[in-house]
Amino acid sequence: MELSGGQIVVQCLKDEGVEYLFGYPGGAVLHLYDAIFHQEEVKHILVRHEQAATHAADAYARATGKPGVVLVTSGPGATNAVTGIATAYMDSIPMIVISGQVPTAVIGSDAFQEVDMVGITRPCVKHNFLVKDVNDIAETMKKAFYVATTGRPGPVVIDIPKDITDPNILVPYKYPKKIKMRSYSPATKGHPRQIKKAIDLLLNAKRPVIYSGGGVVLGEASEELRELTRSLNFPITQTLMGLGAYPASDKQFIGMLGMHGTYESNLTMHESDVILAIGVRFDDRVTGKLAEFCPHATIIHIDIDPASISKTVKVDVPIVGDVKIVLKQMLELLKEQKKKPSKNALEAWWSRIDQWRSINCLEFDRDSELIKPQAVIEQLHEVTKGDAFITSDVGQHQMFAAQFYPFDKPRRWINSGGLGTMGFGLPAAIGVKLAHPEADVACVTGEASIQMCIQELSTALQYNTAIKIINLNNRYMGMVRQWQEFSYESRYSQSYMDTIPDFVKLAEAYGHVGIRVEKPEDVKPALEKAFAMKDRTVFLDILTDRTENVYPMIESGKGHQEMTLRVAPGTPINRELA
Amino acid sequence: MRHIISILIENEAGALSRVAGLFSARGYNIESLTVAPTEDPSLSRMTLVTRGTDDIIEQITKQLNKLIDIVKLIDLAETTHVERELMLVKVKTCKESREEIKRLADIFRGKIIDVTNNSYVIEMTGPSDKLDAFVAALDENNIIETVRSGPTGLSRGEKGLHL
Repeated sequence: MELSGGQIVVQCLKDEGVEYLFGYPGGAVLHLYDAIFHQEEVKHILVRHEQAATHAADAYARATGKPGVVLVTSGPGATNAVTGIATAYMDSIPMIVISGQVPTAVIGSDAFQEVDMVGITRPCVKHNFLVKDVNDIAETMKKAFYVATTGRPGPVVIDIPKDITDPNILVPYKYPKKIKMRSYSPATKGHPRQIKKAIDLLLNAKRPVIYSGGGVVLGEASEELRELTRSLNFPITQTLMGLGAYPASDKQFIGMLGMHGTYESNLTMHESDVILAIGVRFDDRVTGKLAEFCPHATIIHIDIDPASISKTVKVDVPIVGDVKIVLKQMLELLKEQKKKPSKNALEAWWSRIDQWRSINCLEFDRDSELIKPQAVIEQLHEVTKGDAFITSDVGQHQMFAAQFYPFDKPRRWINSGGLGTMGFGLPAAIGVKLAHPEADVACVTGEASIQMCIQELSTALQYNTAIKIINLNNRYMGMVRQWQEFSYESRYSQSYMDTIPDFVKLAEAYGHVGIRVEKPEDVKPALEKAFAMKDRTVFLDILTDRTENVYPMIESGKGHQEMTLRVAPGTPINRELA
Repeated sequence: MRHIISILIENEAGALSRVAGLFSARGYNIESLTVAPTEDPSLSRMTLVTRGTDDIIEQITKQLNKLIDIVKLIDLAETTHVERELMLVKVKTCKESREEIKRLADIFRGKIIDVTNNSYVIEMTGPSDKLDAFVAALDENNIIETVRSGPTGLSRGEKGLHL
């Protein structure tokens, strides 16, 4: 079969089984777009800004486990995609970004819409390629998919100069079935001796805790995690990225940990004697002050990326390997053991944890006459029966969603955890809805974040992705305002906006349904109405309490044991500290 | 502590900038870096000298290993090894000093590879501290310019860094 470079790119996507291509055309990719025009298998989703293409593809990957694919033009098209590439990189999301480039003959001459895409993206991709020969496209595409989806996943950029996709140059096409790279061979099995050590530690632990993260979701290891956690009867905490891998409704789950984690999970970490860390990276938002992090604990760390091990926190038993395979190895070894964890020690440990739990650290003022954002998320959970895909932007609303929507399944919670990219939520919801057209998909956002990619309401109409936008509108950049309240004596420098658009009219202008909600009692009916409209995108503009804060909070530079709580344990809930 | 990291890397455009970029992005320092293709033209060998605590060096080697283009690497400081650096020094000479500079170069096993009426270019190889010692022994007012390759090295014995 003889094909042009442009046709080869599209044919490779078909051979990889790619369903959706998120993109935006431009000069350098016109040959490619012509090849797309002549086929129907790979469906192109036209966004309104390239950043949204990357977020939508990224979220598609998070929701399905399959790599997301993006196509952008050279120059500004490519640079607009960079924020989304960095977002995917920080959260280890498999993604392929094909960027157009000026023709090879003029590379380096500051040609129109030329930018060194390989150079710009180098620090925020797993790998990138510049294709210089039409005969190399197929192999490069295969390598890109292989690298992006194996080991610790990540985004891969393929920069293709315009002349390489020339429709007049035809070359034989064959998509490689398999690819081997001498410089890349990701780890799989964990070292048996390390696993034995880990099991011995776990069986002798008196105050153990499992600290699990996004690696478990990416590694499809939820089932193994559940089995291990239940068989040991250990408490489990999860990171922002890990939510859903272990069911939040289970009694062994003690909540998220870290800066806005629960009182019980942070104290459990702080007091523990053995930590089993699985697919996590000891992020600064999780650890708090490093010098005070888990002072009594022996730490076991399972991760596919050796560079994640002992990067910030020194680990005692490192296990490099694929989380799913390592957990299976551990479960097998556990079954062979006669010894069980000490029942008495665990009972004592659980009773301490239950004490911490009993202060109910997430409780908020339920009698308020204002709409509390926490209450909105609780009702969202109720209305969607806990089974929706929730995307979020970044800020207070993100933390409220993580705290108040208990996720029981992996891949349901889609947020930018590492890079913290405002503007992620809306295009992400579109990507998720395309992947799961029958599922309820909600974007929890705020009036600041949503305006960073608001133009995608137009994309949502074009592809009829019926998503529900839950805009927790507090007329502030809530998280910025909270930090300013805590650390800058309430000097609210630039954290509010004087003019916020009429979101209801805006939604209507884009062809969607807009509903404003101003009273607490109207929240649930509005949610029910929105989710009943199965084929419409609905924008719920919910005016929430302007001064609500996210608690608990570990202020920066403090340790797990120094949380700021809404109320001191034992005092009535409506007496706010702040 | 000083470490010499020896790297086999795919001989591809941009591979060097991946390594250099990693060091600047993560705040590691590079004392010197030399690179050239090996007997297998598809591979380059890079020798990189850096300093850091054991924890930092561990991170450096792990982060380097993560780069897709890097095939293999070793930290030569962890094994017994030989290392050599090449230096060329251009010195001013006059009637009175020519003999003395020649003798000094001989003592350090240097070779004079260019001569004019009032200058020498001296070639010298050796461990970096030997080159330092030679430079220190010269009258600094006589040095016109120096250029050094940065150290390269191999581990001792029959084992080596290859595919």
